[in-house]
Amino acid sequence: MTIVTSSKAASVSFRNVKKMYGKDVLAVDDISLEIEPGKLVTLLGPSGCGKTTTLRMIAGLEMATEGQILIGDVDVTKLPATDRDVSMVFQSYALFPHMNVLENVSYGLKFSGFNKSETKERALAGLDLVGLDGYADRLPSELSGGQQQRVAVARALVLEPQVLLFDEPLSNLDAKLRRQVREEIREIQQNLGLTVVYVTHDQEEALAVSDRIVVMRNAQIAQEGSPRDLYELPNDAFVADFIGEANLIPCTVNRVELDTATVTIDNYTHDLPSRGMNPGSATMAVRPSRVELSGKKSENSIEAKVAKATYVGSHMEYTVEANFGTLFAVSGDVTSTFAAGDDVAVNFAESGPVLLPQN
Amino acid sequence: MQSTKKTTFPVLIFWIIVGWVGFLILPWYGIEDFWTFEWLIDGFPWDSDYAPAIFLLAQGEKLWLAPLLLPLIGSLVAYRMGRTHPFYANTLILVGAFGFAWLIAQGFGIGLRGWSYDWLEALFGPLDDRQFGMGYGAMVLSACFLFLLTQGIAARGAINGDVFVVSSIGFVVAVVAVFVFFPIARMLIAAFITEEGSYSISVFFSKFLSNRLWGLGCLSGGRCGAAWNSLFLAVLVGFLTTLLGLVFALVVTRSGFRYKKLLRALTVLPIITPPFVIGLALILLFGLSGSVTVFISDIFGVQPTRWVYGLPGVLIAQLLAFTPIAFLVLIGVVEGVSPSMEEAAQTLRASKWQVFKTVSLPLMRPGLANAFLLGFIESMADFGNPLVLGGNFDVLSTEIFFAIVGAQYDQGRAAVLAIVLLAFTLSAFYAQRFWLGKKSYTTVSGKGDSGIHPHMPSGLAIPVYISAAVWALFTIVIYVMIVYGSFVELWGVNDTLTFKHYVTAFSVRLGEEGIRWTGSAWNSFWTTVQISALAAPLTAAVGLITAYLLTRQNFAGKNAFEFGTMLSFAIPGTVIGVSYILAFNVPPIEITGTGVILIVSFIFRNMPVGVRAGIASMSQLDKSLDESSLTLGANSAQTFRRVILPLLKPAILAALVYSFVRAMTAISAVIFLVSAEYDMATSYIIGRVENNDYGLAIAYSTTLIFVMLFAIAVLQLAVGKTNIGRRTSHSK
Repeated sequence: MTIVTSSKAASVSFRNVKKMYGKDVLAVDDISLEIEPGKLVTLLGPSGCGKTTTLRMIAGLEMATEGQILIGDVDVTKLPATDRDVSMVFQSYALFPHMNVLENVSYGLKFSGFNKSETKERALAGLDLVGLDGYADRLPSELSGGQQQRVAVARALVLEPQVLLFDEPLSNLDAKLRRQVREEIREIQQNLGLTVVYVTHDQEEALAVSDRIVVMRNAQIAQEGSPRDLYELPNDAFVADFIGEANLIPCTVNRVELDTATVTIDNYTHDLPSRGMNPGSATMAVRPSRVELSGKKSENSIEAKVAKATYVGSHMEYTVEANFGTLFAVSGDVTSTFAAGDDVAVNFAESGPVLLPQN
Repeated sequence: MQSTKKTTFPVLIFWIIVGWVGFLILPWYGIEDFWTFEWLIDGFPWDSDYAPAIFLLAQGEKLWLAPLLLPLIGSLVAYRMGRTHPFYANTLILVGAFGFAWLIAQGFGIGLRGWSYDWLEALFGPLDDRQFGMGYGAMVLSACFLFLLTQGIAARGAINGDVFVVSSIGFVVAVVAVFVFFPIARMLIAAFITEEGSYSISVFFSKFLSNRLWGLGCLSGGRCGAAWNSLFLAVLVGFLTTLLGLVFALVVTRSGFRYKKLLRALTVLPIITPPFVIGLALILLFGLSGSVTVFISDIFGVQPTRWVYGLPGVLIAQLLAFTPIAFLVLIGVVEGVSPSMEEAAQTLRASKWQVFKTVSLPLMRPGLANAFLLGFIESMADFGNPLVLGGNFDVLSTEIFFAIVGAQYDQGRAAVLAIVLLAFTLSAFYAQRFWLGKKSYTTVSGKGDSGIHPHMPSGLAIPVYISAAVWALFTIVIYVMIVYGSFVELWGVNDTLTFKHYVTAFSVRLGEEGIRWTGSAWNSFWTTVQISALAAPLTAAVGLITAYLLTRQNFAGKNAFEFGTMLSFAIPGTVIGVSYILAFNVPPIEITGTGVILIVSFIFRNMPVGVRAGIASMSQLDKSLDESSLTLGANSAQTFRRVILPLLKPAILAALVYSFVRAMTAISAVIFLVSAEYDMATSYIIGRVENNDYGLAIAYSTTLIFVMLFAIAVLQLAVGKTNIGRRTSHSK
């Protein structure tokens, strides 16, 4: 492999960056962010949250209205896209329709001071890397969606950029391919030690590929952390519900001892990390897989009735009605199942449920 | 960072050198026959007619040029500072702005008779020196100052510091200001000048409110004013040519019709025909002694009438002449509609007809609007056909011509008529903008599109086929008449066949000293070819750069910029002709009677076609293509050259062909601007027509048609076709 990138991978810093469109549309509101070199960081959020704008500001396709953007140690705030050592894989791939695959991949190399044979060598190595050797002479329109996507990746990759950007790269692929391509992207990123910034609105994709995830909402960062942190310790209801599904249950914190809080829901009590909460009413987030159903009533449980039961092959999905509302539960037990209308006792797994800090 | 340096400094050095060359080496004032280089051995560099600015100054002449040395030296200072110096940008701006402003100020301030304005004389006292029009030295130096200024503005961070884009904007703004706004302004002022040379508003209104402009006599059997006639004709022509153009575009792209190529060729024919030739052919067919007229009166005993002279004749001639223009515009748009959108609609249970009505047609709207506008303006501006066929049907363009060339010689009246004409065409332009709104019509995305255009629904196909067939047949008849007519001794009087006309025009003798071009037409022919060949690439370049700026870049004042470039779109040729005469007959830009004024007039007359073609195709290229090129390290100039241009090959071809052909066939502006030395084919032919020498006129026109056919074939080969891999047949 001729491509060795790790030495060039650079950090990205946002310092109080703000982006306005026109006079009154605030696309990104005062964001500060540190992206370490060699890491894959995902910007995750619903559409219109400012994640793509943030990405395009790293690329230099949009200019920050206020604040500072650094790549490595260099202030690139005012530098146009051409002069930044950043390349990008577009959602639409943006392959040049009049050039064949090899020409597309060589395109950026031509402007990087490589001679002809070197350009070709690197381009072919790039195609090899994404598993497209032998496709050099095809036109983009003669490739399948997944192949087009790989060409776009190869084209960005061969430049050995300081930062590689992905704008929803999988959104035009079918589900099976999506898993495969995202694993490939992750593998390449790790092998080459690339700094990658990745935009998606798919939380599963984000959890699967990222070193860190930045969840955005309304032009601001809602929470930032490792996939596990975000999944297991969400800061608020928005993050809890956006990353994986979560049952948000109103509860009462009775007492806090050391770092353990004891909460009650109706007659059911549960101990969990207090996360700095004081006694009083609170909200608790419980993942569907942490909701345990059983046919036998026990002392410490919530009475509920199964409203819906769905068999999805690998597991069962239940919707159950309790006093305080509806719960969504997932159970790996597909042999002895409940049916709609059954009375069940609901327990929460010992670890998993979290208290959400009050806003 | 390094690449910024790499691309900026050569540009700066280049323009500094250019500036010094203009000041030190090139002759400062205009020289006739510059390119023969006789001036080199004729007293250069000391003779004050040929001297560069520095030699003039050294002899103590034209001392007002001395301050130009300041900015030239300033540019060297800026270079020494380097990009990172805090005053680099401001120095360049100061240097460029001062140099440019001084050049303009001295050019307008001091003319053929010393001070150009009385107040200057009052201020500085009498001046017993004078100067002529600017030459290459002055031109090159002003370009240098302009681009130093734009580099300074770019260095201050405008448009992300993009020198290419800022310089392109500066260039387009400068040339449009000089060659569109300046002459128009001169002409507008002329509308207010009384016979004694003072200014008056009442003069304008007395001419503006004339009955010959706005009379409504035709409603009661009399004659209508020229303004109403022009308007009515233009709306009819715009509407009908758009319809016919769409018909042909549909036949070519969405039918199983086999001889599409033939149809394409057929529709190109009228474009390469000098417009009045169709008028002539119509006379040969329907005139008093025309073939059809005679035939019908023989069979039915109908008294021959002069019906063809007037609205019907002009309308038919313009339809034949301008439908292909609508076709050229529409074919790109009809092809550009993404097939997968139509396929998507089909899968959404839309019938073929519904797909056409709800998806294809709305997506073609920009093209339809453009085609209508082109037809409208072409009709408004058309000069040849109304001249030949108009009869008592007065239109604005011919009225302007007679106002300035005829016995009246009334510049003021010509200017007023021109203003009315401009008002119409500008309104059409705004109506189109309003209609299009701000919808996005981007259909070629960065993804390869593997769909196929569906065929037309049969309810649409039948009328489309019929109208295409009728039009095609009529066109063939017209052209047979033209070719045949060129071999007839004297139409309607003596029908013997002869080569006489061709011999008169294009005889060649092989003498001892080589070929001698003895035919009477050779002179104007070679001039025409030369000037058209020079004008075409320049026109296409200016047009496409403008289109690129309009569709792809955002900058302060873009709306004003768009208005400025589009203004030239709305200016008919006759208006350009009149205004150029008024503006460029005196220094600082004194180019009447040269070939340059013809080239310039062609560029700005035909540039809008390049702009239109460029905008139509560029707005169908997804912006992510540019962006990905930029993130891959190409700068905007490289992106323009490697991504945009190749994808625009059809538009470039259209612009090249169109501007070349238009230059060869243009008459409306040309007839004001030709001179004995630079006579153009069309004005020569019109001259023959005025002498009732129809045979020679038609023979010459036929020759022109074949020459242009040849030129188009060569261009088509040269530009080639960009393969974007869209499947075109249903058979796969």
